[in-house]
Amino acid sequence: MEEFTQILLLFISTVLINNFILVRFLGICPFLGVSKQVETAFSMGLATTFVMTLTAAATWLINTFILEAFNLPFLQYVSFIIVIASLVQFVEMFIKKTSPVLYKALGIFLPLITTNCAIMGLALLIPLNGYSFIASVVFGFGAGVGFTLAIVLMAGLREKLEFGDVPGVLKGVPVTLIIAGIMAMAFMGFSGLISM
Amino acid sequence: MNPTYLYSLISMGGIAAFLAAGLGFASEHFKVEQDPRVGKVEDALPGANCGACGYAGCEAFAEAVVNGEAPVGGCPVGGDKVASDIADIMGADAGSSDKVVAELLCGGGIKETTKSGKYQGIETCKAAHSVNGGEKECQYSCLGFGDCEVVCPFDAIEMSENGLPQINYDKCTGCGKCVEECPRNVLMLAPLSGQTHIRCSSHNTGKIVRKTCEVGCIGCSLCAKVCPVDAIEMKDNLAVIDYEKCVNCGKCAEKCPTGTIEFQGRWIEKVEINDKCVGCTLCAKACPVDCIDGEVKKLHEIDQERCIQCGLCYEACNVDAVDIFYKDEN
Repeated sequence: MEEFTQILLLFISTVLINNFILVRFLGICPFLGVSKQVETAFSMGLATTFVMTLTAAATWLINTFILEAFNLPFLQYVSFIIVIASLVQFVEMFIKKTSPVLYKALGIFLPLITTNCAIMGLALLIPLNGYSFIASVVFGFGAGVGFTLAIVLMAGLREKLEFGDVPGVLKGVPVTLIIAGIMAMAFMGFSGLISM
Repeated sequence: MNPTYLYSLISMGGIAAFLAAGLGFASEHFKVEQDPRVGKVEDALPGANCGACGYAGCEAFAEAVVNGEAPVGGCPVGGDKVASDIADIMGADAGSSDKVVAELLCGGGIKETTKSGKYQGIETCKAAHSVNGGEKECQYSCLGFGDCEVVCPFDAIEMSENGLPQINYDKCTGCGKCVEECPRNVLMLAPLSGQTHIRCSSHNTGKIVRKTCEVGCIGCSLCAKVCPVDAIEMKDNLAVIDYEKCVNCGKCAEKCPTGTIEFQGRWIEKVEINDKCVGCTLCAKACPVDCIDGEVKKLHEIDQERCIQCGLCYEACNVDAVDIFYKDEN
């Protein structure tokens, strides 16, 4: 029971308190680039969550059974990169074959997140925090959910903003960055929600 | 050897080999049958997945091209080279339709037109059009700031010294970007095979055109009357050519009193059938005015009274039995 509570707390803390985008500032590129429509933002979030969960599991296995076992922590970066890249490729092929609908929904986002820093950040944070396998997967899933939450919120705001009276100089990216800053400050309010 | 090196090599090699095997297996096992041209088109594309074409990445664009939804020249990043590569891949499918290129429907450059004033605003056609219509008096004229030149993704348009866009037919892919961009609508897409062009868009009456432009259409309708195949129609003081019907005889350009009509082909003086004729009737079928008489398997003859010297019989003949005499030869 104690363990379950820990896992639940980890999940909440990853989604809200240590949100990947708004607190850790990872994955800013899609956050700004793919947040014009709620629908595409959600697809992106879905794809990212999917890849993050898989990445967490795969990198934990690689790290624990190969890198740590042979005392090769310096290989983390390079091995994680190839693992993530091939994993995404594999998943893309798998989805294309098994579920064309899902493939269409994720579309171009799947290969794009391969090179996203949020994924790499996740992979590197896991050994740093020393999570167990279950905790790693939950951490990955939570990170994805947090990513989706932030990007969908942003897209919702930007959709509204399309009709707003934005001064010329701030139109487009500038006002988006300002919103991102305010959102990040708002998410700071979650810190201290739980203590682990 | 230091065991760290060894372990690194083995573990990285192992991981890489395992992943490579996994991917290789997956690419065979999860293969999805699709039109092989999609893959080829995708290979020809730059592969940047930039989305500038309006599709979600290069693969989506390739699929759209193969399905005939996107033009072969739709990739603005790849430009000329990629467009022609894709056209090669799509080959016969795309080639069956006539190639279209942009044509300018205005001949009034700086020299030929009268000015209404001086324009000192932002130097784009869009701006000039929305402010006061630029310097030229004719409100249908080309503004000459070259918005089409800027928007052309294939560098096929160059502004001449006379302030008119010149279209390079080799580079033009008929993407239609310039046609959309032009605020005056003086550009249109026309088949490359069309050699007769009416370079005017003015619906003004002849009197006004005479005052504002040396080469404008005054709506005299001489061209429409002389056209043997009724390819020219008068629409609101302006002669408009139907490229589908036009046989490129150049008669209209000859008659036009203002030189509005440009004929890019060669004028034919006379067409004759020689004794090589085998009587296949191909020429008679090709003739737009039915001036070729003759029975099957017998020597055909051209009724010179009715002949319009379009040269279609010459192109139709398979046995070299039609002789053409061009005007510029004597």
